Amino acid sequence: MPDSIDTTTSKPRPEHFVAPLEETPLEAIDTIKAEGKPSNLWIDAWADLRRRPMFWISAALILVIVFIALFPGLFTSEPPNSNCQLANSNGAPTEGHPLGFTRQGCDVWSRIVHGASTSLSVGIIVTMLVFTLGVLFGAFAGFYGGWVDGLLSRIGDIFFAIPYILAAVVIMSVLADYRNVWVISLAIGLFAWPVTARVLRSEILRVKNSDFVTAATAIGVPRFKIMWAHVVPNSIAPVIVITTIALAGAIVAEATLSFLGVGLPSTFMSWGNDIAQAQTTLRTAPQVLLYPSIALSLTVFSFIMMGEVIRDALDPKARAQR
Amino acid sequence: MSTPLLEVKDLEVAFRTQTGLVQAVRGVSFSLERGSSLAIVGESGSGKSTTAHAIINLLPGTGFISGGQILLDGQDLTKANEHEMESIRGRKIGFVPQDPMSNLNPVWSIGFQVEEAIRANGIASGRKAVKKRAIEVLKEAGLHDADRRLKQFPHQFSGGMRQRVLIGMGLAANPQLLIADEPTSALDVTVQRVILDHLESLTRELGTTLLFITHDLGLAAERAEQLLVMYKGQVVEAGPSVEILQNPQHPYTQRLVAAAPSLASRRIQASGSLAAAETAMAADAATAAGDTIDLIATAEHRAEVLEAAAAQPPAIVVENLTKVYKIRGAGEFTAVDDVSFQIAKGTTTALVGESGSGKSTVAKMLLKLEDATSGKIVVGGNDLATVSSKEMFALRGRMQPVFQDPYGSLNPLRNIGNTISEPLSTHKVGTKASRRERVFELLDQVSLPRTLVSRYPNELSGGQRQRIAIARALALKPEIVILDEAVSALDVLVQAQILRLLADLQAELNLTYLFITHDLAVVRVIADNVCVMQRGRVVEAATTDEVFDNPKEQYTRDLLAAIPGANIPLGA
Amino acid sequence: MLWYTGKRLLQVIPVLLGATFLIYFMVFAMPGDPIAALYGDRPPAPGVIDQIREQYHLNDPFIVQYFYYLIGIFQGDFGVTYSGQSVNDVLARTFPVTIRLALLAVFIEMVFGIFVGLISGLRKGGIFDATGLGVSLVLISLPIFVVGFVAQYFLAIQLGWFSPTVGAGAPLEDLILPAIVLASISFAQIVRLTRSSVIETAGLDFVRTAYSKGLTRRRIVPVHILRNSLIPVVTYLGTDFGTLLVGATVTEGIFNVPGVGRTLFQAILRGEGPTIVSFVTVMVLLYLVVNLLVDLLYAVLDPRIRYA
Repeated sequence: MPDSIDTTTSKPRPEHFVAPLEETPLEAIDTIKAEGKPSNLWIDAWADLRRRPMFWISAALILVIVFIALFPGLFTSEPPNSNCQLANSNGAPTEGHPLGFTRQGCDVWSRIVHGASTSLSVGIIVTMLVFTLGVLFGAFAGFYGGWVDGLLSRIGDIFFAIPYILAAVVIMSVLADYRNVWVISLAIGLFAWPVTARVLRSEILRVKNSDFVTAATAIGVPRFKIMWAHVVPNSIAPVIVITTIALAGAIVAEATLSFLGVGLPSTFMSWGNDIAQAQTTLRTAPQVLLYPSIALSLTVFSFIMMGEVIRDALDPKARAQR
Repeated sequence: MSTPLLEVKDLEVAFRTQTGLVQAVRGVSFSLERGSSLAIVGESGSGKSTTAHAIINLLPGTGFISGGQILLDGQDLTKANEHEMESIRGRKIGFVPQDPMSNLNPVWSIGFQVEEAIRANGIASGRKAVKKRAIEVLKEAGLHDADRRLKQFPHQFSGGMRQRVLIGMGLAANPQLLIADEPTSALDVTVQRVILDHLESLTRELGTTLLFITHDLGLAAERAEQLLVMYKGQVVEAGPSVEILQNPQHPYTQRLVAAAPSLASRRIQASGSLAAAETAMAADAATAAGDTIDLIATAEHRAEVLEAAAAQPPAIVVENLTKVYKIRGAGEFTAVDDVSFQIAKGTTTALVGESGSGKSTVAKMLLKLEDATSGKIVVGGNDLATVSSKEMFALRGRMQPVFQDPYGSLNPLRNIGNTISEPLSTHKVGTKASRRERVFELLDQVSLPRTLVSRYPNELSGGQRQRIAIARALALKPEIVILDEAVSALDVLVQAQILRLLADLQAELNLTYLFITHDLAVVRVIADNVCVMQRGRVVEAATTDEVFDNPKEQYTRDLLAAIPGANIPLGA
Repeated sequence: MLWYTGKRLLQVIPVLLGATFLIYFMVFAMPGDPIAALYGDRPPAPGVIDQIREQYHLNDPFIVQYFYYLIGIFQGDFGVTYSGQSVNDVLARTFPVTIRLALLAVFIEMVFGIFVGLISGLRKGGIFDATGLGVSLVLISLPIFVVGFVAQYFLAIQLGWFSPTVGAGAPLEDLILPAIVLASISFAQIVRLTRSSVIETAGLDFVRTAYSKGLTRRRIVPVHILRNSLIPVVTYLGTDFGTLLVGATVTEGIFNVPGVGRTLFQAILRGEGPTIVSFVTVMVLLYLVVNLLVDLLYAVLDPRIRYA
């Protein structure tokens, strides 16, 4: 204020300083800095992933597991079920049987190798089911709002209210005669999707108020197309992360159900079954329980690790937390 | 001569990043006498806030002081340990932060947060004494019912109230120095003025030395005796406020003075400084010429346009428009109340108002993003209430919006080419090749290189994104563009550039603009007519010159008075 | 707060109806004879079948059956177990044990999880943080029965630090090992959640403002950073309660803890359908109640909810 300047007469009048132009060169206003390769969230995330050893380790582990599941014959010539001799019960490793024998005298390594495909198939089927249901429910609830949201979210709440393993226990008990990979996947997936739907819904609620969505509406893009072309792609990143982790969760769920005795029948190779059967001889032959446990944990670990690195790459907030 | 209260010598601040050190502040020096006031002015990224944070040693993230001295009463703060800093903060240096919404902890009551500041600085002890002082502090800051509101939580306070609380906390221990970091940028202009007046009288009363950080040159000059202009981490000019404004020496300051919309009304008279600015930038003509708005030429041209427009039917007619929202459990809320106006073809009408005035709701109804409760909107002869969805689809091509937030207005996963051509493909205009041609043409029109077609929004600055949004809006060759706070989020220089672009496009394409803004200062340089809105109603509607020179309503006068820098006599 | 509580209570009702309906539907609307399905290859005596038909009103239309079932639940009648005991009696005996185990586990995971997460978050990027992140990643990957067996074998059988199984009456010292096992997975999740929450909060504006007021770090960490970081952790406890219930079933099975979980575990192993359904229903109700309590606790922690 001009009047306040008058009160400063007692102080020395500050000089007028001007920086020399050569030391403070002017740049053109708003210069364009886009150079090199184009970049957006996914391109940046991939560039980030490629630099991280954690990503390559988990990717390699997953590839090995997938390979074992697809071609078990390449890793063991021993049949998992048919060549069991009680004489070998809980036997130590011998030539051609690197991990020894189960209580029934079956080859531990062969059972682990042949169990991979069960775990993986259940994991993949459940994940696809959870992803599809979660994305459909979450996208419509979040984008359309109103009574659609009310209805879909309440349905989600109801399914969420029954912990999915408990629900699977009930379904598998009832369908005791129909237990196979598809049924157990359905039993797990049918109650596991609400989390995915919730995550997508809240993300969509955030994205759908962006100006680019309003701009698309103002252009005249149909609502349904706005949802799938603009809103969902910008909301899907956290869903990808939890889906990867859900795959691990599904593998654990299958093993837990088999462990509880309501999983796959013993004609299927399942790590959960083997662990359950080995528990009676935990004191005398812990290694029979340990090996399938390691296989299971390692598989789960590789998917969880993958989920974590993807999270770090996709979520700028998580990236800042490293 | 006594030593200055604060002396900053060759301050350097750097941030550690993955690609190495980034210097944010380079060799900044200034001194501040007791009882005086200094404003640091600069655009975003100039290092002004970083300098302030360095003084109280609260640099964010990986920032650290990499050189220089900060002397407070002769004590070098760069060498103070954490414990010493704790006793300096609050007691010797008070701090008022920028955003009142995020600077109070949402889980603790206002009273708790003020009381802990009082206790930490040893001003009072004992529950009763602390509480008494807390009420005092808040009352001084202008919260008259402080005793009643002590138990309330931040979310129960308005933005202005929270800022008062923050000012109260900053001054609670009667510090010698108060650093105010953009203390009112997040508030409405009229609230801003009241709070700054209050802050000024408080600091004068207490004899507090004030260090003010702002991006607004007018505000800075109005509130501080001295200015320090920063640009890319360096001080480019410093000295007495009025002198700098009237006689800016450094080309950057000249640019700022020329572009500051709040000073624009004076700038016509201040042709001396304008000429100086132009001469100084002659070497850099390509950019400089485009950076200043040639107001006189624009004004002359505008008169012709207005004359021509009056003969044609209006582009937009709004009659008795009302929008009522039903609020669950709280009855009804009238966001827009009986609003009427017309916009002639090829002209610009500004809708001005503070937050909650209903101006954006009008825009939404015009774009048919929301339906009107009652009243009539006619766009190019079509009544929006009765158009079929097919007609509306066609109409959308003739009326396009540009929004405020440059970071939200473009889909981050789409490249620029696809973003600009989306209106074309949606309306099935032309072939793929012809659309691509049109995208290039549009990029030329908004002065962006054609190579951007394959780039993504996150690689561009706010101003560049706004250009893309304008290009997208123009793709279908609309007659009407609705600019909803389209330049509000931009730095002044970029803002001036975009305003210039909009003026050029209007002249070239005979566009009709509805310009929605909270910033009356910008209106002066862009609009032909103004509607001032308050609480859903249009309180004054007239030509821009009439509104500025002869405002009829008290509210308009308040708004005009709140434009920072309006009181500063400029030039001869 | 009252309004919020009322709203949440009202929201629970449709969920409760829906969830019980789903369970009932899964069991009794499946193809085939529900009794045959429930008992599998171990059909009970004909007298028992009649009794069950009567108990579940199997001769009435489906929706009426459900209605009876619902009335039973609201009257606190969860039916009869396979061996003819009332589920309520079994609950009265086993419930206190499970509550003790669960509370102990929640205590362990909260105290240690929040502590480790807080230190990790405050010292982001340090050795402690890196170790914490690595260990928690491994812990999350271990299925609970693997943790259970490994702990039982090494800590109890090999080292003898704990009793491998829980004795009669389930004394607290016997419950420590099962509680640690039960806490392990959620512990790791809480560490990660607290850590990221602490990092996020510490970077917020109001924390800087708290420093600028002259507060010490010793005050800011608990009062401003930790206090605000706890909100998402508490919310997590609610959703995680389902994991805790399943975990309790497995853990009580492994360590032979005489609680609700083991009863369910044994019922599953023996294929006792009605008992499974009764206990799952009880657990679902418990889950809903706990989530309701957590939501109310959330409102206590966050005034923005309380005064909304």
